[in-house]
Amino acid sequence: MDVTFKIKRQNPEVSGKDKPYWQEFTLTDVDPTDRILEMLHRIKWEQDGTLSLRRSCAHGVCGSDAMRINGVNALACKILVQDVGEKVMIEPILGLPVVKDLIVDMEPFFDHYKQVMPFFVNDNPAPADGRERLQTQEDRELFDDSTKCILCACCTTSCPSFWANGHYVGPAAIVQAHRFIFDTRDQAGKERLNILSEPNGVWRCRTIFNCTPACPREIEVTKAIGEVKLAIRKGTTKGVIQPHEIA
Amino acid sequence: MKIHKHDVIIVGAGGAGLMAALYASKGGADVAVVSKLYPTRSHTGAAQGGIGAALGNLDEDKPIYHTYDTIKGGDYLTDQHAAKILAENAVEAVVELEHMGLPFDRTSEKRISQRRFGGHTRNFGEELVHRACHAADRTGHMILQTLYQQCIKNDVNFFDEFQVVDMIVVDGEVAGVVAIEMGTGEFHVFHGKATLFATGGWGRCWSVTSNAHSLTGDGAAVALRRGVPMQDMEFYQFHPTGIYKMGILITEGVRGEGGVLINSQGERFMEKYAPSVKDLASRDVVSRAIYLETRAGRSIKGRGYMHLDIRPQTVNRFFAEEGKDKSEFITDADVERKLPDILDFCRTYLGVDPVKEPMPVQPTAHYAMGGIPTNTDAEVVIDAKGTVMPGLYAAGETACVSVHGANRLGTNSLVDLIVFGRRGGMKMAEYVKGADWKTLPADPTESIRAEFDRISNGTGNSSAGELRAKMQQTMMDNVGVFREEESMQVAIDDLKELRHRFYTDISIDDKGKIFNTDLLEAWELGCMLDLADITARSAIERKESRGAHSREDFKDRDDENWMVHTLVNHDGNLQNPTYSMNLDKKVDLSLWEEEKAQNLPEDKQKFRPKARVY
Repeated sequence: MDVTFKIKRQNPEVSGKDKPYWQEFTLTDVDPTDRILEMLHRIKWEQDGTLSLRRSCAHGVCGSDAMRINGVNALACKILVQDVGEKVMIEPILGLPVVKDLIVDMEPFFDHYKQVMPFFVNDNPAPADGRERLQTQEDRELFDDSTKCILCACCTTSCPSFWANGHYVGPAAIVQAHRFIFDTRDQAGKERLNILSEPNGVWRCRTIFNCTPACPREIEVTKAIGEVKLAIRKGTTKGVIQPHEIA
Repeated sequence: MKIHKHDVIIVGAGGAGLMAALYASKGGADVAVVSKLYPTRSHTGAAQGGIGAALGNLDEDKPIYHTYDTIKGGDYLTDQHAAKILAENAVEAVVELEHMGLPFDRTSEKRISQRRFGGHTRNFGEELVHRACHAADRTGHMILQTLYQQCIKNDVNFFDEFQVVDMIVVDGEVAGVVAIEMGTGEFHVFHGKATLFATGGWGRCWSVTSNAHSLTGDGAAVALRRGVPMQDMEFYQFHPTGIYKMGILITEGVRGEGGVLINSQGERFMEKYAPSVKDLASRDVVSRAIYLETRAGRSIKGRGYMHLDIRPQTVNRFFAEEGKDKSEFITDADVERKLPDILDFCRTYLGVDPVKEPMPVQPTAHYAMGGIPTNTDAEVVIDAKGTVMPGLYAAGETACVSVHGANRLGTNSLVDLIVFGRRGGMKMAEYVKGADWKTLPADPTESIRAEFDRISNGTGNSSAGELRAKMQQTMMDNVGVFREEESMQVAIDDLKELRHRFYTDISIDDKGKIFNTDLLEAWELGCMLDLADITARSAIERKESRGAHSREDFKDRDDENWMVHTLVNHDGNLQNPTYSMNLDKKVDLSLWEEEKAQNLPEDKQKFRPKARVY
């Protein structure tokens, strides 16, 4: 089949800064099960080497190739041609400054990530027997969903609250905080809840739900944010996630 | 040209690089990590099944068993002393990862959960053991995330999206690297007392691979061109279960959980090739079996792939035949819980639901056993005597310690990068305390800048994309699971032609500076051409079959003549390189030597090289 790609392009060295334009490319001999990423590679390698994008693993685990495909945030390597049809519109993700074509400046995104103490804290001495800390599998599963996050920014850059206010830490940073807040081995939950109860924390979330379908890892992002909100309101993480909810 | 000065420069931010960064920084060194990707995009994150360590949480296990399996798995080309360090250090390194917060799955005793994996056994091959510590089927992802988190906590300096393109050597010592800042196209110099390459593998030399697009062997090629030999390059692992045509990895953990390989006759064919451990034989054995079944006309639909079946009804039928207790039987829910990413890949890319249908799989280019030669402290050694190149270190897939010998066991890649990244980090922290700063040359970027200008200004008719596809195809066809003199010579000739076109007939479209991935991809192709060439030349030289190197014209292992590592040097001439090969580096057999010194009878010598039977 033939597929037409309409790609939003921008190159400060050629078209000027903040001067995007649209360009169309047509590919022939496309298989419905080809990945969008492979199609962008074909355009780059066969038609126009200046087309610029980030990519690495090509199977949805590294998080490099987040973009808007027919208006929806996704990883180009996890969307097949048959998922989107013969006319495909590709744009950079929204809410972060465009550097060139589909490449955006990720620094603001990673700055928000770093604000939530995205690392394990436990200052107690490790077990004297030299072995691992103990945790039940039930406790481990409390935060299983949020450990899947690959920091691709699909959720944060689909969020209207983030588009409206770039200082909002955004869904991805909250998911990362959730991963530690609900880890029974971690000791900095209170500090993270304090950070997230600030004006640019969880309360900027208006439960719009764009983030959840945007996540290529199928994390229930809105639910995770809700659990953090509830933990702040209750002043504790205990009882926030009910055991019966665990798959 | 901007110059950055840090005690330790680490190139690459996957598991090995981050582990080294963390330990060098804990040891008091000022560390900079330079990577062409954001750290969390590194391919360590794609590792699925687990990390091997003899914790013994589910059944009896000891590091010496893990050592034995690693040596046997490597078809006795493994350096025995290094394998012992690997297995012993694995235990404390995995426990440390847990202390850093890594969310391992848990046993009913609240300990780290472990699963079976290919070639990992108890009591010197007696039976399969639960050794692979796992976090669902995204263990590598959790290792990468945990290490990056800890590096943030420890204020490690990161230079993300800086691509290292040259190494600075002053009087035989390494003084840092040259990198291109991808966002601006500017050259930067990273001046360090110690430099560690942790740039991963070069799976993109082949057309069907589990490797990321970024795995183009930059670090290995840069070191090679500056006088560092490449060791054991003929040993390249094909993982038996890549998704048909796409090459995406399907973890061995599927078979660890009971999954079986089935041919077009409905046979569980691994029973013929490895009667004892069957589908969990080492990867070289399983990949060869798939090719042999294909040749015998028993691939699915005659298309060169097999079915990998994890459907509970299939698994439980074989469990029952093997006399396993019903409590070990698996359910749909177990498969969903233990292998979520595998199910997602198959549902997304194939429209196949592994709980209901078998998965189509074929061997996929996966892992370089060879690479930059190092000792067990990650110091780079440049000759058969083990002479250290001062200031240079390497760890992870790009390095060759050699713990993997002729074939790496599943999970041991993660073990390797954690253990030797950690040892390298510690060693560098110690080294930089006593080392002096080398004086940099007036313009360290001069020669690499000329190479980039050449590519940029080329006006020929060849595109990097076309040349790369041709290289990948000839490597797949001629330097794959099975090889022979004639086919390898075809590859060498093809590569010569491709190299000629790369150096005389290239042109690119993008002439800009900002994120010029057109230019960087073309430069990466040059790296891959070097590594592909050395792989084929090392393979044609080794006239025996061992581990992943399986020759049709020399079918047997030849311990008489080939218990040696190959070392290949490049003379630095990019367009017309001359290679020299050295075969003087003997395999370290120290554990066997100890057994002989104790006068153990031959049949009691566990580490004596013997025929490999699974």
